[in-house]
Amino acid sequence: MPQFDPSTFASQVFWLVIFFAALYFLMAKLALPKIGAVLDERQRKIDDNLDKAAQLKAEAEAAVAAYEKALAESRAHAAAVVKEMAERLARQAEERTQELAARVAGQIQAGEQRIAAAKSAALAGMREVALDVAGAVVHRLAGGPADVAAVEAAVAAALKEQGQ
Amino acid sequence: MTNPIEQFQIKPIIDLHIGGVDVSFTNSSLMMAIVVTVTTLFLTLSMRPRAVVPGRWQSMAEVFYEFIANMLRDNVGSEGRKYFPFIFTLFMFVLLGNLFGLIPGAFTFTSHLIVTFAMAAVIFVGVTVIGFLRHGLHFLSFFFPKGAPMAMGVLLVPIELLSYVFRPISLSVRLFANMTAGHIILTILGGFVVSLGALYVVPGVVPLAFLSAVALLELGIAMLQAYVFTVLACIYLHDAIHMH
Repeated sequence: MPQFDPSTFASQVFWLVIFFAALYFLMAKLALPKIGAVLDERQRKIDDNLDKAAQLKAEAEAAVAAYEKALAESRAHAAAVVKEMAERLARQAEERTQELAARVAGQIQAGEQRIAAAKSAALAGMREVALDVAGAVVHRLAGGPADVAAVEAAVAAALKEQGQ
Repeated sequence: MTNPIEQFQIKPIIDLHIGGVDVSFTNSSLMMAIVVTVTTLFLTLSMRPRAVVPGRWQSMAEVFYEFIANMLRDNVGSEGRKYFPFIFTLFMFVLLGNLFGLIPGAFTFTSHLIVTFAMAAVIFVGVTVIGFLRHGLHFLSFFFPKGAPMAMGVLLVPIELLSYVFRPISLSVRLFANMTAGHIILTILGGFVVSLGALYVVPGVVPLAFLSAVALLELGIAMLQAYVFTVLACIYLHDAIHMH
């Protein structure tokens, strides 16, 4: 077998050393650093992007939290405004009711006074009318002028009888 | 029928003698030169785009890089990082030597024991030197399994020593024998195809089918043996660095 022919060994080993060493240096100095750099660059880029994604996620979460906080605050504020408004309206309504009630009571009182005055005025007038009517009736029935004093006494008695 | 041994013949292309020693540039040297050139061109040209998202060629170069980097990391650990160029060179050199040798008419330099032995010897010597540099004389305790009774040392140390010394031999013979046997089988089967096919077409088809199957198998063996050679180099490196 040619494999066991020692005369070729020197040449084979000689060129093996040369080409293996050449390949080693070409790989170590040229090819591998290039590939390694590209792979590192890619890894760095991926890590960067992951970092950025994580950062953006955190920002998004902060924004959501802020939004929810603002929402909760506005809700609370709105509720407070509504409550205050309702209280104010209730108080105003109450005041107006009371004021109205007072005015109405005043008017009622005034009306009653007016009614009482009118009544007493009417009652006072009634005596005159009763005197006239009684005088006229007596005059017609008796055929002569009526005794004024007797008529007055009779009217007063009648009025008294009516409870006035 | 061609002599199946003939394909292993070393044929000088350029006669060269240095100090009376024949160091002619031969068909073996030519294949080595082709392997070195193709490997370098492949790995540099494919990486030219330096793309973040690699194309087909760049992906292939990166696959080789990461394959060997992972092999080294799994077998040796992070201390093996500085031997990466050597392991990578070893793998590419043996792999392309095996694969290009399968091209009809090409020469397979890994089918020569002296070539595989020279590589195995460099690995053996290098690994031993690394072992002594890292651990000093303590590296000798590598030959005595931990926890074994002292008396057993008489038996164990020679065995361990022998198995250690046999590493370069088994490493080189494995690759050489696989390549040589494979190429002999391919040539013999090829001879059958020609001689039987010349007789009549149909009988030639049977060895052709065999030849195709074996050629496929040899393609697998070419890659597998390159892998085995490199993995064993990594394991020896691991032993030297970690001592089990």
